[in-house]
Amino acid sequence: MAELSQKERMKIKRHDMPNQDQFVRRGNYDEVALGYSLETAREEAERCIQCKEPKCVQGCPVGVLIPQFIKALREGDMIKAVEWMKVKNNLPAICGRVCPQETQCEGNCILRKKGEPVAIGRLERFVGDYELAHRTCPLEKAPLTGKKVAVVGSGPAGITCAVDLGREGHKVTLFESLHGPGGVLVYGIPEFRLPKSVVFGEINYAVECLGIEIKVDHVIGRTFTLDELLNEYDAVFLGTGAGLPSFMRIPGINLNGVMSANEFLTRVNLMKGYLFPEYDTPVKVGKKVAVIGAGNVAMDSVRCSLRLQALQAQKSGENSGEVHMVYRRSRAEVPAREEEFHHAEEEGVIFDFLTNPLEILGDEKGNVRGMRCIRMQLGEPDKSGRRSPIPIEGSEFEMEVDTVIMALGTSPNPLVFVDAEGLERTKYGTAVADNETGRTKKPRVWAGGDVVTGAATVISAMGAGKRAATDISRFLKGEAPW
Amino acid sequence: MYRILKKEVLSDVTKLMEVQAPHVARKARAGQFIIVRIDEQGERIPLTIADYNREAGAITIIFQEVGKSTMQLGKMEPGDELSSFAGPLGHPTDIENYGTIVCVGGGVGIAPIYPIARSLKEAGNTVISIIGARNKSLLFWEEKMRAVSDELIVCTDDGSHGRKSLVTEPLKELLEDKDRKVARVWAIGPAIMMKFVSLATKPYDVPTTVSLNTIMIDGTGMCGGCRVLLDSGAQFVCVDGPEFDAHKVDWGSLLSRLQFYRDEERKAVEQWEHKCKLEGAIAEGGK
Ligand SMILES: Cc1cc2nc3c(=O)[nH]c(=O)nc-3n(C[C@H](O)[C@H](O)[C@H](O)COP(=O)(O)OP(=O)(O)OC[C@H]3O[C@@H](n4cnc5c(N)ncnc54)[C@H](O)[C@@H]3O)c2cc1C
Ligand code: FES
Repeated sequence: MAELSQKERMKIKRHDMPNQDQFVRRGNYDEVALGYSLETAREEAERCIQCKEPKCVQGCPVGVLIPQFIKALREGDMIKAVEWMKVKNNLPAICGRVCPQETQCEGNCILRKKGEPVAIGRLERFVGDYELAHRTCPLEKAPLTGKKVAVVGSGPAGITCAVDLGREGHKVTLFESLHGPGGVLVYGIPEFRLPKSVVFGEINYAVECLGIEIKVDHVIGRTFTLDELLNEYDAVFLGTGAGLPSFMRIPGINLNGVMSANEFLTRVNLMKGYLFPEYDTPVKVGKKVAVIGAGNVAMDSVRCSLRLQALQAQKSGENSGEVHMVYRRSRAEVPAREEEFHHAEEEGVIFDFLTNPLEILGDEKGNVRGMRCIRMQLGEPDKSGRRSPIPIEGSEFEMEVDTVIMALGTSPNPLVFVDAEGLERTKYGTAVADNETGRTKKPRVWAGGDVVTGAATVISAMGAGKRAATDISRFLKGEAPW
Repeated sequence: MYRILKKEVLSDVTKLMEVQAPHVARKARAGQFIIVRIDEQGERIPLTIADYNREAGAITIIFQEVGKSTMQLGKMEPGDELSSFAGPLGHPTDIENYGTIVCVGGGVGIAPIYPIARSLKEAGNTVISIIGARNKSLLFWEEKMRAVSDELIVCTDDGSHGRKSLVTEPLKELLEDKDRKVARVWAIGPAIMMKFVSLATKPYDVPTTVSLNTIMIDGTGMCGGCRVLLDSGAQFVCVDGPEFDAHKVDWGSLLSRLQFYRDEERKAVEQWEHKCKLEGAIAEGGK
């Protein structure tokens, strides 16, 4: 293609993501967004005006070299595109699928002011998928240093830290309490949004190239304590995430049919409950599901519920039912990724905004039969700048539901802190760690990701794993003593 | 993968297995549990640690074949391997010298009560144990229990062995007996048995510990599926327990939550039995 002028570039329309049909996909767990073709990706890449001071990069928590990779892509030099990408981002195929681009890179894109931003996320995914399929940018390992590092938790923070340390030539052992690696990417985020083959592709490749040892079924705090690890290893990184679910403090939370989003999503995704009885773990949703919350976790829960209902209906021949999302604020405050909200809407989720449950009602057998709710209105913005919801007096009403899924946020997994003297925690249960280096208050222990920030994002966890790996390496080489 | 080292058939439906799991055996203590997954399709099954051998790196588990997964596990043999084996999980039992204590084990609960009775005995307690089951064929480890108890009472519901009574009957007599001065009671068994033990000891104000077997998934505090309602609010059995003060447990809620997946469990068993029959028939046909 001939070099375009800036004006011509800005005339090109943003390319839609090809998606699986909205009616078909309700009945399967296959990926919804199908990905750009090379042709579409190159055309979309032509839209980038290559700003001198790219705002998109400032919007990215890890500072991906966006103009560089997009330029290489539109020139058709995929190898170069992958190289630029990998300077800052180890897991582009994952981030391209799950990052909240509209509040990060794309939110900052200059073109957004005039129309639609460059589809940076989709291009990132395209480059990531290319690398997964072709492996043009092999992971290389420096000569062995003889140093040993234990990485606890195999979510994005742990994997990234392990890979970067492995590349530096350190011997890395990754400890994971569950039976497989991946963290939230595997147990939380569903297949139709992030295929597990993508996650395992990245992990297996790293293990193969760098000789990282993964020890699953090891619960740190129980199987080994942190101090025991410190006896064996020169440094320890904690990337144990924030998986402890919260329940609302309202009557009825122990009724049958009330569960945390973590339980529901773990049954569906990690344990493949949607394939019961071929897989042993059952998962059940009723005909009227209410998911409380409106973050990514809630979005995944409603969309998994819709699919389970459709699969049940296919078997029984009955109609599938309803899935409600119950949120105490309004549409404008929904914290989930824009694309997820949009997909959920297309798939038929019913949104009950400005609604808050007061009590879950049970029948004589202890099963959920309904929810007493109250309508809310938005008041003045609170400290966080969000308008706080206020109950409207006298607006109580009953909602008939048989399943209630709570997606109200999580706090750090507690077990890693067992017998870990000196590892300081905040009142929210998060580990205290330096933002730049990841150093905790306990010598030779680093931490990053959700265990430090509380529930956040894949990219911020990845960034924290990367920064910690840099500091750990400097520490191990004696360049940055504790 | 974790190798099965030994298998013993304790009764028609109760099996013992010793599993090679040095990472768990290193630190395992009475009162803790493990999570096992048979294969890639398997569910995560919590089982209490019945015994451990640190030198051999082995853990003993005992299970009753009550559902598809435990039936499948029961068919496995020494040399076979299990996909996952995580632990030791939960808090160990608080072992001290309390004086005279009673250990009640019902059905498959005899297995986890054994290491507790043994540890309590080693700590200097006078240990009176009561074990019970529906009938003689479901009882096991009578001699093992006798060896770690100062006194052992055996009951069956149908009188086919020992005393014909529920475990709560001799328990009440012990509590009534002023000379005994029972300081504490431990009870492990079916939820309904633990509930009645709790009701039995409450009027006497004797602290009573039960080990709860709620439905679990991860066993690490990540899902809340295992939660139990106490008078102070909900707690997670896998990280806060598995042992709880019996008098604080909301037994109604616990019993109802255990029933939630009953239909699915039944379906899985049917499917499994069908598959076993088919395989049997094919094997027959091949002869
Ligand atoms: C359903 C859901 C959807 C989400 N959607 C998005 C999205 O679209 N975009 C986005 O950017 N973010 C999303 N997030 C958030 C994102 O997934 C997390 O911020 C990110 O995964 C955090 O990474 P981490 O490495 O810190 O921890 P995790 O991914 O939580 O990994 C921690 C790992 O440590 C293990 N572990 C915990 N304790 C121990 C222990 N004691 N010993 C050994 N191992 C232990 C855990 O089992 C787990 O595997 C979502 C989260 C959820 C739950
Ligand atoms: S089993 Fe999941 S929190 Fe206890």
